[in-house]
Amino acid sequence: MANRREFIQFTGVVGVLVSTGLLSAEQALAQQAAWNKAAFDAKSLSDAVKALGGGSVAESKDITITGPDIAENGAVVPVGVASKVPGTQAVYILVEKNPSLLAASFNIPAGTEANVSTRIKMGQSSNVIGLVKANDKWFTASKEVKVTLGGCGG
Amino acid sequence: MPDPMRIRATAQGNSTEVRVLMSHEMETGARKDASGNLVPAHFISNVTVTHAGKVVLSAEWGAAISKNPFLQFKFSGGKKGDEITVTWVDNKGETRTDKAVIS
Repeated sequence: MANRREFIQFTGVVGVLVSTGLLSAEQALAQQAAWNKAAFDAKSLSDAVKALGGGSVAESKDITITGPDIAENGAVVPVGVASKVPGTQAVYILVEKNPSLLAASFNIPAGTEANVSTRIKMGQSSNVIGLVKANDKWFTASKEVKVTLGGCGG
Repeated sequence: MPDPMRIRATAQGNSTEVRVLMSHEMETGARKDASGNLVPAHFISNVTVTHAGKVVLSAEWGAAISKNPFLQFKFSGGKKGDEITVTWVDNKGETRTDKAVIS
């Protein structure tokens, strides 16, 4: 009965979720099914933009990428993307030389600042690309991050 | 069952800063274990943050997000004492929801 404790925790949490009506199993699965696999599998920026439903991409000075110039550990690189492009609907973080470029996509509803930060993995030194969708137009900016120890593989 | 998230939400004027630290392995699917077998991908694919019944941020993530993911953003309209809810779903269909009160 090694799993007894886990089992009890599990039933407890599920019970809480069901009783508060927070999240149904169907909702969670529907969200997961909507995950844009094509975009996350894309091997180039143009493929990724196409998979996200975009076309041509323009460079923009209104996008700021924050991150270290040199990251000692590629497994944990703090990166933020801020967009001052009016009407920003979505912000994407891509890493040019990762096996799959797209790391994250954020939908920005009205009232939320187009400024998100997270931590990503980088296989090697590369450009980090911030991609922004604003009024159905696409903009990018990039910043080079040097990695001394890769974050992919063991 | 996944560990709880750590959520900090602070109101400054009209804007609320949210910081979330999740607990997840975030396996890429490209890593090999000690005996040379590929470790299957296991990562958070969707994150949703809601405030007062309205989605304030929804995200789709790939395996390139670091282990124990961190997320920070700001939205306007939150007040001290309001509750925000953060939910994630991973590619194996596991899910976790946590709440925090804006301070």
